[in-house]
Amino acid sequence: MQKLIRIEPAKCVGCKTCELACSFKNTGEFAPSRTRIYNEVFLEEAKFITVTCMQCDEPWCEKACPKTAITKNMASGVVTVDDVKCVGCRTCVSACPFGMIKYVDSTGKADKCNLCGGDTPECVAFCPTQCLTLGEEDKPLRQKVLRFVNTMKNGQMEV
Amino acid sequence: MSKGYQGRVLRVDLSAGTCKTEAINAEWAKSYLGGRGLASKYLVEEVSPEVDAMSPENKLIMATGPLTGTYGAANGRYMVVTKSPLTGTIASSNSGGYFPSELKYAGFDMIIFEGKATKPVYLQIRDGEAELVGALHLWGKTTNDTEDAIRNEFHGDAKVACIGPAGENGVFFANIINDKHRAAGRSGVGMVMGSKNLKAVAVRGTGGVRVADPKAYRDAALESYGLLKENPVTGEGLGALGTAVLVNVINQSGALPTRNAQSGTFDGAEKISGETLAATYLKRNKSCMGCIIGCGRVTKLSDAKYSGDGEGPEYESLWALGAACGISDLAAITKANYICNEYGMDTITAGSTVGCAMELFQKGLISEKEAGMSLEFGNGEALVKLMEMTGKGEGFGKKIGLGSYRLAESYGRPELSMSSKKLEFPAYDPRGVQGMGLEYATSNRGACHVRGYLISPEILGIPEKLDPHVTEGKATWLKIFQDFTAVVDSAGVCLFTTFGIGVPQFAKFCNAANGTSMNDEDLLAAGDRIYNLERMFNLKAGIDPSQDTLPKRILEEPLPDGPVKGDVCRLSEMLPDYYKERGWSAKGIPTEAKLQSLGLA
Repeated sequence: MQKLIRIEPAKCVGCKTCELACSFKNTGEFAPSRTRIYNEVFLEEAKFITVTCMQCDEPWCEKACPKTAITKNMASGVVTVDDVKCVGCRTCVSACPFGMIKYVDSTGKADKCNLCGGDTPECVAFCPTQCLTLGEEDKPLRQKVLRFVNTMKNGQMEV
Repeated sequence: MSKGYQGRVLRVDLSAGTCKTEAINAEWAKSYLGGRGLASKYLVEEVSPEVDAMSPENKLIMATGPLTGTYGAANGRYMVVTKSPLTGTIASSNSGGYFPSELKYAGFDMIIFEGKATKPVYLQIRDGEAELVGALHLWGKTTNDTEDAIRNEFHGDAKVACIGPAGENGVFFANIINDKHRAAGRSGVGMVMGSKNLKAVAVRGTGGVRVADPKAYRDAALESYGLLKENPVTGEGLGALGTAVLVNVINQSGALPTRNAQSGTFDGAEKISGETLAATYLKRNKSCMGCIIGCGRVTKLSDAKYSGDGEGPEYESLWALGAACGISDLAAITKANYICNEYGMDTITAGSTVGCAMELFQKGLISEKEAGMSLEFGNGEALVKLMEMTGKGEGFGKKIGLGSYRLAESYGRPELSMSSKKLEFPAYDPRGVQGMGLEYATSNRGACHVRGYLISPEILGIPEKLDPHVTEGKATWLKIFQDFTAVVDSAGVCLFTTFGIGVPQFAKFCNAANGTSMNDEDLLAAGDRIYNLERMFNLKAGIDPSQDTLPKRILEEPLPDGPVKGDVCRLSEMLPDYYKERGWSAKGIPTEAKLQSLGLA
């Protein structure tokens, strides 16, 4: 089974610790501008939305890459950029409809979330509210279904 | 320059309209850490303590710490250091949000503003480059509108710190608001910014912050995360109920200063409590950058009379705009809190000044005709109206804008100002919490709770429970708290973390970030050094030790009600011990030996 970062926006408090943890682990600096996970704060609406690469089953970036530098490992589920093959042409950057793969000036390569290469992703390890979790099973989805089911249940009268 | 720091100071000469970058003084950074300490050192070296706070000769310093912009606890703070127009003391006001970290990412540790612009300007910073641009079109705008306008015209991801109309109109307790809802709140730092015709600072930074030992830093962060999560205050209380959790706690202790401290309990406390706020206007909690506590209150006001949205009110604001004025109308308090944020005013001084005006009204010294409205205690409508008039500099609002000391003095009753060194004290009556009385009397910026928060041991029992009614031993505790707080403020970390983490954790953070090997004693010595540096500035500014005192009411009028009925604050039992603990003379002057030991002589 493939593990994915599961995101529950309702639990987010907008602290951007995920951005800090990601950039610190992957670039050696606390630099939100170079993060692979994005925590956007909408001050007025009091909404905090976190997004990252969802490791598509049929990745746009993979299909677009002319050098076959991007591959999806079907066992782990992770879509990875091979730095040796990547020529920095940025075709993948154009192709991804979500903006979750970017070109990095300092390396000249495409860069995206690789779930920290097998470890617990650093963003998950440091998320203070468990807004981010890593799991094969989509537990947040199950919770949403249960909430809906319970609403229905509470609405049922005894016959 | 060691890592943690960016090693660069931006010096902005507003008179000449120039921006220059210079290397940070590495020697000073070693002795004074950063943030509050380092900025105070720059101020002391560059500004005469006797200077008129509102003159171009005063400087305004915005300073981050070496830990600002990193993770680990709540590492996203900055301090605004200048000479205060309200108190005449050194001012250093602290704020979080996202702006402080962005300043680091733009490559600067600190900005020093000097001189005065001939017309309104604001500063644009983008990755190491800075430029002053015209702000005539922003002058008069609220903090919300200013930030929106700047993000629109400069950069959509810019982080903004700005003053509102109060800072432009010479309100003595004008503050500097960043990220719309976060305030460098006390001491009138926004009034100084306004006097320089500086409307705002906007930053966009895409760089990073490095640390000397990444592995050690990560380990320190994980340890602190664990401690903060386990702690009931930082792990649960502040997130769920925010600082407002204290309304009921302090009221039950009999130390909630009510109706300008005429009593210590408030019959309307339940109506303005954190619990009530959570059940009514609270939408959710929110963090500042890199903070795992998340005490921010995002609220939306929908009431028959008032509407709006924003953040807060915090505990101190609930008290100042509520109990201090005898007001239990949570909608009016929340609205007044929004107005304070939008016009850029410190809620503590604002509310306390209205409370003082209400007592002057009660005593017949202010008439309904003069105020243009009835100022009886409990009048929430008057509060909301006055806050707006104060921000705009209209009518009786001009008098409120003086702060409570100058207001009460103008009616010949300065003793009715609940302040020390002209700074209004916050939401704890020293008659019910003795150690806080010593803190108010000796804090370097006047009656302030966030220099040595003895509520933590005296009421909350952290790190251990002290009896709030005894005076013995409080001086020893206060000195440690004040020194440690100076370290926290200088490192760029939120004071709230100290409920869960202590000096050893800060030593680990600082050493890993800066490549130093400071032990706990070294760190506390730095705090002591910073404290004495500030004290010396104040003494030279003419704030003599006779001002280490409290309002007559607190020292002489026994509390008329509540569990501590009959008590006064026994400051005279604590002050001599405190001077001794600090290594000062019996008259409160740092001795030559003390200053030498700290490298200050």
